[in-house]
Amino acid sequence: MVLVAAPATAMIVRTTMTANSATFDVEVVRQDFPILHQRLSGDMPLVYLDTAATAQKPRAVMAKVMECYEQYNSNVHRGIHQLGDRMTVELEAAREKVQRFIGAGELEEIVFTSGTTMSLNMVAHGWGRKFLRPGDEILLNTMEHHANLVPWQLAAAATGATLKYIPLTADGRLDLSSLDQLLTSKTKLVAVTAMSNVLGTINPINELARRAHDVGALICVDAAQSVPHMPTNVRSPQVDFLAFSGHKLYGPTGIGVLYARRQLLEAMDPFLAGGHMIREVFLDSSTWADPPAKFEAGTCPFIEAVGLGAAIDYVNSIGLLQIGQYEHQLSVKAHEKLAAVPGVTIYGPSVDHKGAILSFTVDGVHPHDLSDVLDRRGVAVRAGHHCTMPLHELLNLTATTRASLAFYNTLDEVDALVEGVHAARKVFRLK
Amino acid sequence: MTDSLEDPYDDHILDHFESPYHKGHLANPTCSHSDRNPICGDQVTVELLVDDQDRVKEAYFDGKGCAISQAAASILCEQIEGKTLDELKDFQAQQMLDLLKVRLTASRQKCGLLSFKVLKTMLYGMDEQREPASSG
Repeated sequence: MVLVAAPATAMIVRTTMTANSATFDVEVVRQDFPILHQRLSGDMPLVYLDTAATAQKPRAVMAKVMECYEQYNSNVHRGIHQLGDRMTVELEAAREKVQRFIGAGELEEIVFTSGTTMSLNMVAHGWGRKFLRPGDEILLNTMEHHANLVPWQLAAAATGATLKYIPLTADGRLDLSSLDQLLTSKTKLVAVTAMSNVLGTINPINELARRAHDVGALICVDAAQSVPHMPTNVRSPQVDFLAFSGHKLYGPTGIGVLYARRQLLEAMDPFLAGGHMIREVFLDSSTWADPPAKFEAGTCPFIEAVGLGAAIDYVNSIGLLQIGQYEHQLSVKAHEKLAAVPGVTIYGPSVDHKGAILSFTVDGVHPHDLSDVLDRRGVAVRAGHHCTMPLHELLNLTATTRASLAFYNTLDEVDALVEGVHAARKVFRLK
Repeated sequence: MTDSLEDPYDDHILDHFESPYHKGHLANPTCSHSDRNPICGDQVTVELLVDDQDRVKEAYFDGKGCAISQAAASILCEQIEGKTLDELKDFQAQQMLDLLKVRLTASRQKCGLLSFKVLKTMLYGMDEQREPASSG
């Protein structure tokens, strides 16, 4: 069976060559990232190929965070004083940047959270536990990160709902041929990643959203890997829930976003209770504030949110189309060169159907040993199951090595990775 | 590229990894225990045949994982045969790391100590079996 690739009109748009591509200069961009210019032990230059775990931060983000601390740090939505006013204005400006960045219709649909995991747990609790009933079905798949899998296991256990799984094709894409059987009136939610953090697979969110809505189900998209690398528009196609993290988008840690349609945010229960999320509190009951405050109990990470706003400004200054296009070119080269090394297997679909992520194994070299040898050469990659144990079970592997690329990586760095893999084979006495 | 970069993978480690000592299973082990490192998926089982003098007659291991974790299990089995259970209770983590004869970073010490941890957990389990509810 041959699966048709995601159409170009999908929420996630694969970029094509643009006229201004000549203006992108990786060496200029690298100047914005001080961390990339250090040397590690053995005087090895850092080759950072672990952006899918967390992205490095440009100076603009760090400067904005410092500005907050040095000039107007003050709790938001509270004090009637000049610092509090300024901080609140900055926070809400960041919310507006997020809204525009993902194409949300309303500012109130942007909830600041601590990260993708928190966002997805908020949906599983606030929506899932309130609305799921025994016999309802949640449609998942084996490539999901634990963050978009385990919360649904708990929600299903609490409500009597059932988990169903879309099978994967041999090359690591969703096998949509069985979707007619799997998507029924029992299906209440499709939870799916826009881009696999291991296989790099770009899933057809457009088609999944349409098919889910056709049977009256909602769609919850884990966009942690896709948002930093390709344009996102939550209204084209309309998605119901979308989650991502600031730290993978070149922003600070501890900040993330939950987008949900206003109607859903109004219907959902709050996840955390406390200050700021209430309208009125009595001794025996309370009423909730309007979204997004309803989901932002306590003091939100407001400086991190402002840092995320600065990260979005930075990404926009380069352009997501440029970023996606450059990363794709780099990814094509990396796939070609790595695949040519004896004993190397790269998992997932062909390079045109995936983001710039290479999870691979080398015959005769355990991923842990490989990443150790690479680290001694300054090449930072990740080894393990990458929070996808069911996927590794399916692949019959305990671990893989993952190299993930960003627009601040270079062709020379791809070569350093490939040379490192050759060196590891030599260490392990492989011919 | 200098050799020192590939530090932990010397002949001692690689020989044990490629030709491990007593990899497999005992027909009738006195005790057996398994554990895995949840971060990287390395897995090791250690089996002992203990005689009536509480001395380890034979030690076997089985497992899957990186060169460090598997070579360390092989080295462990080779070293503990002939030792009494009391001697093994005094066996310290640093002694295990010394037996590997290579310098490991903090993250790789988890690999190098996996089989040691399996052995220690097994020994504590045996104590509990012998002295049930001894704590008041």
